Amino acid sequence: MVEKMGIMAGNIVLLLVLPLVMAGVIRRVKAFWGGRKGPCLRQPFFDLVRLLRKGEVIGSSSTWVSRAAPTVSLAAIVAAACLVPLAGGRAIISFDGDFVVFAYLLALSRFSLVLAGLDAGSSFEGMGCSREVIFAALVEPGFFMIMAALAGWAGTPSFAAIMAMLPHSVGGLWIINVLAAIGLLIMMLAEGSRVPVDDPATHLELTMIHEVMVLDYSGPDLAYILYGTMVKMFLIGALAANVLFPTVTLPWGWAAAVFLAAIPAEGVLVGMIESLMARLRLSHVPQFLFVMPALGLTLVFIVIMAWEKMI
Amino acid sequence: MNWLEFSNHSTVSLAELPVLSVSQLRHSIMMRCREQGWRPMAFFGCRRDDGVRLFAILADDDHAALHAAAADFFAGEYEYESLTPQLPGFGSFERELFEQTGIKPAGHPWLKPLRFPRDAASGKKKTDYRFWTLAGESVHEVAVGPVHAGVIEPGHFRFMCTGEEVRHLEIQLGYQHRGIEKMLRQGDIRTKAVLVEKIAGDSCIANGMAFAGVLETAAGVKVSPRVQAIRTLALELERIALHLSTLSGLATDIAYLPGSTFFGATRTYVINSLLALCGSRFGFGLIRPGRVNYDLMPELVAEWRRTLTMVLDRTVTMGESMFNQPSVLSRLEQTGVLNAADAAAIGMLGVTGRASGVRRDVRADHPFSYFKISPIVKITLAGGDVFARGFLRYLEARRSLQYVLTLLDALPEGGLATAVPAPAPNSLTVAAVEGPRGEICHTMLTGPYGECRWYKLQDPSLINWYGLALAVRTEGISDFPICNKSFDLSYCGHDL
Repeated sequence: MVEKMGIMAGNIVLLLVLPLVMAGVIRRVKAFWGGRKGPCLRQPFFDLVRLLRKGEVIGSSSTWVSRAAPTVSLAAIVAAACLVPLAGGRAIISFDGDFVVFAYLLALSRFSLVLAGLDAGSSFEGMGCSREVIFAALVEPGFFMIMAALAGWAGTPSFAAIMAMLPHSVGGLWIINVLAAIGLLIMMLAEGSRVPVDDPATHLELTMIHEVMVLDYSGPDLAYILYGTMVKMFLIGALAANVLFPTVTLPWGWAAAVFLAAIPAEGVLVGMIESLMARLRLSHVPQFLFVMPALGLTLVFIVIMAWEKMI
Repeated sequence: MNWLEFSNHSTVSLAELPVLSVSQLRHSIMMRCREQGWRPMAFFGCRRDDGVRLFAILADDDHAALHAAAADFFAGEYEYESLTPQLPGFGSFERELFEQTGIKPAGHPWLKPLRFPRDAASGKKKTDYRFWTLAGESVHEVAVGPVHAGVIEPGHFRFMCTGEEVRHLEIQLGYQHRGIEKMLRQGDIRTKAVLVEKIAGDSCIANGMAFAGVLETAAGVKVSPRVQAIRTLALELERIALHLSTLSGLATDIAYLPGSTFFGATRTYVINSLLALCGSRFGFGLIRPGRVNYDLMPELVAEWRRTLTMVLDRTVTMGESMFNQPSVLSRLEQTGVLNAADAAAIGMLGVTGRASGVRRDVRADHPFSYFKISPIVKITLAGGDVFARGFLRYLEARRSLQYVLTLLDALPEGGLATAVPAPAPNSLTVAAVEGPRGEICHTMLTGPYGECRWYKLQDPSLINWYGLALAVRTEGISDFPICNKSFDLSYCGHDL
């Protein structure tokens, strides 16, 4: 029992620290490729603290919806964080069908921000909301197909069961792990509004997706939104890391070490993508996101074939 | 009828200028532009005691000739039939004419003020400002500016969209209007070099050269080849700096980090070269009528040669890498196409025109300054998309660097300063210069004592902004920023 509590506490620490580390690593990698030194790794943390200590400017046309949205959004993401298996494949809460709840908590977070974007009544934000919803609608089915395939392989519909089952696929079917991880990494880029889907560094409202939707926010509300995005990226990144490097069988210390290496490595990957390629044209983004459902569908077929003992 | 023929950087006597009736002038412009391929270079009204005299200066690019004619309007008859429906290239000129003199081009398709928020006829401030509207269920409008995110000049862009698709863009400028033309008419024109440099910071050398050209030709002075060479070097450095800065901005806007930082850093070497010459990275204080204030010493020539060879090397490295990167090409190609027919019809100028197949470059067509001695060959692309505009800037920056390096090897000797007396009385002087964005044309009219009666400035952006509006039609609204960046037009050059 004490050991379980210890693992849980360890995972909570990882959950609090790693999203910030990941954001810091991405910045450093981008700075490196830009020929600059870059800010220190703790800079995202300092940024959040700065925002939390600032005042807020609230649009005169907005209602309570705008006031509530950042809090609701962050709360939904934190709730989702409790369901995701972290180091050692263990989540804080686990039950059958938890990945469905996970997906809908992310959707709830997005829904609240979209409502707030529409509430602000600006043409920019309306545009951002429409893009955000369209792209989310393409990502969500992909996520469900991937999880359905994994759940089918594991035999029970929960993150924990899937994580417990994954090491067994190592022998014959590494392909399941790899395809699922690639799909999840694409989801991470889309949900985290990173290049090539979105450009978090741009100042051009007309090209933004996520940023333009939250254009009106400042101070603590903006901090909630930024932190929420970091945590969301980390959660999907953690899923991908767990799928690619199953750590259920390892002692927690080793599992945490794998995890501590994998998450910054994902940060490096995101940073490299942002440094070395241009962002996609908005009309080409769906083609990129369609890769995810395609991978999911492939996984479903592989699992069915495995059931039928065809491979 | 005969137009008065002359060449770039030359002075003609107003007594020789044919003054026609308004309908004759209109008819003649129509004939010449349609049949002989002439294009408007300057088209403005000059107020006189009893009315307004309209000056039309047309350029014949194929024969390196300029042509001038005028027509008189008398009080109470301020109206003529607009040229714009047949010759769209006159659209902005006629709007400017209407705004500045009250002469109404009847039948102009969109006769609204160009720079001021007031009604041209009554002079009163307008409260209901007209914009194009588009009706329909799925139509929505997006208004951007005049205050933008980041350090950008002010301008108002109004998009009429269906979903993500832009149907029409209306661009409204004027927020940077400082009354430069009016200030130039007050006091002795020979003291205005500092003011002229401030028309647009990134075209400081080009405007300074055109201004110096006007005063020198009007006074009948020739500067030494060395002065011409130093001015031309500075002009090309200004062009290289702006092209590199645009390429950097283009890379930033498509989130292509290497291009953004590499081109941006390389540009700094170029503007720092100007800093080493004259103490200003933009070249403020370098060019004055009759002289250049700073000489290119042998040590500086050696340093420029070293720096600019490195700049050429870096530009080629980055340019080849960026324009061969698939993700960059997929973003730039077929985006924001301004086709050759439209570009020619609206009279696009400069690098953006040449990217749409409009073969116009003052350096080659109407050579001035050192380009008369050492010509430069113009480059034209046919695509008309963001890629063509970006790639042409890279090619031009490369060619200009090669030109500069060649010129540095054979810098002519000569004095730095020549005295410039008062301009010739009752004369018309035109000096056009190919600035970084295109043709910058200065026109001066003098009175009986050689005083400046009228000074007209013409920045390529006046024409080219409309090209941007055409290029984004049917384009996704999210692609507007890179279209805008690929044109990289001047707000303050337009607003004056």
